[in-house]
Amino acid sequence: MAETQDPKKPGSNMSRRNFLKNTGLVAGGLIGGGLFGGLITNQMKKPANNGKKPAATANHDMDARTFFSRTDDFETLSAATERLYPEDKNGPGAIALSVPYFIDRQLAGDWGSNAHEYMKGPFPQNQESAYYENQSKDQNKQGPNADVQTPTPTPRYQTRMNRGEIFREGVKTLQDVANTKHKKKFAELEGEQMDAILTDFEEGKIRMNGIDSIAFFNLLLQTTVEGAYADPVYGGNRDMAGWKMKEYPGPRMGYLGQIEDEEFAVMKQESLRDYQDMWG
Amino acid sequence: MAKKLEKVDVVVVGSGWAGGVVSAEVAKAGYKVVTLERGKPVDRQDYIGVKDELRYTDRYEMMQNLAPETITSRNTLEEEALPVRTRNEMMAGTDLGGGSVHWAGATYRWRPIDFQFRTKTVERYGEKKIPEGMISRDWGITYEEMDPYYDKWEKTAGISGEEDPLGEKRSNPWPNPPMKESPAVKLFKETTKKMGYHPYQVASANLSQSYTNPDGETIAQCMFCSFCTQYGCDFGAKSDPLVTVIPTAVKTGNCEIRTHSLVRRVLHENGKATGVMYVDLRTGLEYIQPADVVVLGAFSFTNNRLLLLSKIGKPYDPVKRTGVIGRNFNGQFNITFLGARGFFEDKKFNLFMGAGALGGALSDFAGDNFDHSDVDFINGGGIEIRQYGHGPIATNKVPRGTKQWGPEFKDKSLHYTNRSLVVWYTPAVMSWWHNYTSLDPTYTDEFGDPLLRITNKYTDHDKAMAKFGIEKCTEIMEKMGADIVDPDEIPEEFDHIYDGGHYAGGVSMGEDPATSAVNNYLQLWDMENLFVVGGSAFPQFGGHHPTATIGALSYRASEGIIKYLKEPKLLTQPKKAAAKA
Repeated sequence: MAETQDPKKPGSNMSRRNFLKNTGLVAGGLIGGGLFGGLITNQMKKPANNGKKPAATANHDMDARTFFSRTDDFETLSAATERLYPEDKNGPGAIALSVPYFIDRQLAGDWGSNAHEYMKGPFPQNQESAYYENQSKDQNKQGPNADVQTPTPTPRYQTRMNRGEIFREGVKTLQDVANTKHKKKFAELEGEQMDAILTDFEEGKIRMNGIDSIAFFNLLLQTTVEGAYADPVYGGNRDMAGWKMKEYPGPRMGYLGQIEDEEFAVMKQESLRDYQDMWG
Repeated sequence: MAKKLEKVDVVVVGSGWAGGVVSAEVAKAGYKVVTLERGKPVDRQDYIGVKDELRYTDRYEMMQNLAPETITSRNTLEEEALPVRTRNEMMAGTDLGGGSVHWAGATYRWRPIDFQFRTKTVERYGEKKIPEGMISRDWGITYEEMDPYYDKWEKTAGISGEEDPLGEKRSNPWPNPPMKESPAVKLFKETTKKMGYHPYQVASANLSQSYTNPDGETIAQCMFCSFCTQYGCDFGAKSDPLVTVIPTAVKTGNCEIRTHSLVRRVLHENGKATGVMYVDLRTGLEYIQPADVVVLGAFSFTNNRLLLLSKIGKPYDPVKRTGVIGRNFNGQFNITFLGARGFFEDKKFNLFMGAGALGGALSDFAGDNFDHSDVDFINGGGIEIRQYGHGPIATNKVPRGTKQWGPEFKDKSLHYTNRSLVVWYTPAVMSWWHNYTSLDPTYTDEFGDPLLRITNKYTDHDKAMAKFGIEKCTEIMEKMGADIVDPDEIPEEFDHIYDGGHYAGGVSMGEDPATSAVNNYLQLWDMENLFVVGGSAFPQFGGHHPTATIGALSYRASEGIIKYLKEPKLLTQPKKAAAKA
């Protein structure tokens, strides 16, 4: 069966019935009845786009969760990123840019599990380490070459949790706060209500286990910006729309002939893949 | 049980500019060299087609893996140091060519006051100008004596530069003409010229034309592709050890480079180094490489740590103020490179184009080029504008007071993407008795060896210098016509972020073994067949980017090593230094 499919569109010729048959759910007799069957049916009937998730496109094979296993968690994450980077007159917001999937994939990889970070103890549980302050300045960190760094604050990292764990804890805390304050899911809140909660995180007013809420907020903001503007190979910046808004052309051989030009150069976007193809 | 290998003339630890230059020079002189590099082997092919901001700039692809080893950091002697855990906070290069591969390429010579700090300061301003606790001093070498070594390294690297009108005398001009001028750089130069300053094009290791160096290595012309700082060059157009000294060393037939080889100890007997012990990181097997001369040419942190772990030289004790290893730690951190950011409404620059060292600079406030009688600091720094070629993740600067997220952030960050410039001050950093390196009592590496611990805090002197620089840069940015000018703020304290690679000292050079670890050939006073080469030798940090000085010192050290191989002895005689320093 796999051979007959268009590799770019897995599932394109796969009906809902086939999907269920292949997963064994029909054989199990669960379809159409009982709680589990109902759940499946509802989700299948109302797929992907409920306004909180990126719409399915030809690229939707890249849009599957490999880190967040719970839909609720992912919807909370998606809603939060959209508040940080909303759709506006300039163009798409975080959800349409597929930022939530970018974050999910980053957390599933070695960055999310802190593979290259020093994670040996002891992790002293004092004020400084568990609830460290945001030590960044107003604008961005300085020092040699600061101008090429991500302009998000970088507090000192002294928690035993890796980034993936921080995100799980952070998303859960977003949900808990939404529930306590408004008796609703985070993603179902009004925009202003979400912003108020996010502001509390940003200001360190929310108590989290093992880490300051500022640290989670900063990670969320950093990865949202990265997801909007990193090369599309990482799952965000869908259709290079982030780069289009930024008038950023993508990687090129060079600008030897243009570097002295006074005119601003408007160029069509090209991706890392386009660039690598040029080298053959 | 470590396996003992066949003895060689010289074993070199590290393969960046320091280890690379020494390997090439000693091998060219006919001696057998083994160069040990802990990272993997790489060459230009590894950097073709990898223009990926997330991977290199934000995920630090070319930086040391910190999982097995990092440093710890604290501000004062009373504090317990904590590990610097993430690559976002600790930037040090790895792999063949070391940190010298990801560098930007900005090239400056340091100034007479850097090399003869104490002599020149006392001469012009009197003893009282040097504040209590500052231990900056003379290097035991003058600018005039450094000139031929600078010249040699600049020719190896093919530096492309314009004469600094306020620079010191040079025996030769830069080997290549300056890079092209972008409109942003032009604006900086025209504005500052009108203000009465003396701007020039930053000298660059991104070459303005194709060039063959005296060793026969060819470096290509820079394409202004923007993927430079924190990247290896696609085109072989940025001077680094991979396109210069490493192939030069290898083609002599006298130099064997062993990668994946982590040196854990310098071995010694009766006051002489006998070789090094290293681990092949692929197999975990230990080896002993005996040699007549041992050269530590690794990053400053590694040079410091290997001496301390190997119990060579007397460790610095800040309370008693005795000992030398770890003394004079210095570097450029978040109190440097401060200035002003300007936002322009009616100008739009092609900021996504650029090169690591594309920029303009002025030296009117560098070194002792201005009168310090009425300021409460000594020495100075360059003022620079740089056009690295900005990636879209990095360019989200918004005027101060703008919310950092939400609709206003998105709109303004997009609007100002190509309308925002920075001018900054790159001040010298003095050494203080309380800033030093030592071994950490708690945290260890993957083998159980203690991590290196940095103790570093800021002084009123640092803050006065930063304030001065911010004021000068703010004035320039206003004159450049920015509609909004945000002067940087001075941090209260060092934030433990080791960003940019400018951390130095700890194995500092000088004339008096009571206060310095190495002499002016970078030969250890306490072990004459051990040379410690690199930024670790800086007694204090100069007011410009450091790479050229590391390159020059590496040629100086190579000369010393070859002298020593011919006639083993202490190459300079110790002098008792004047009073305090």
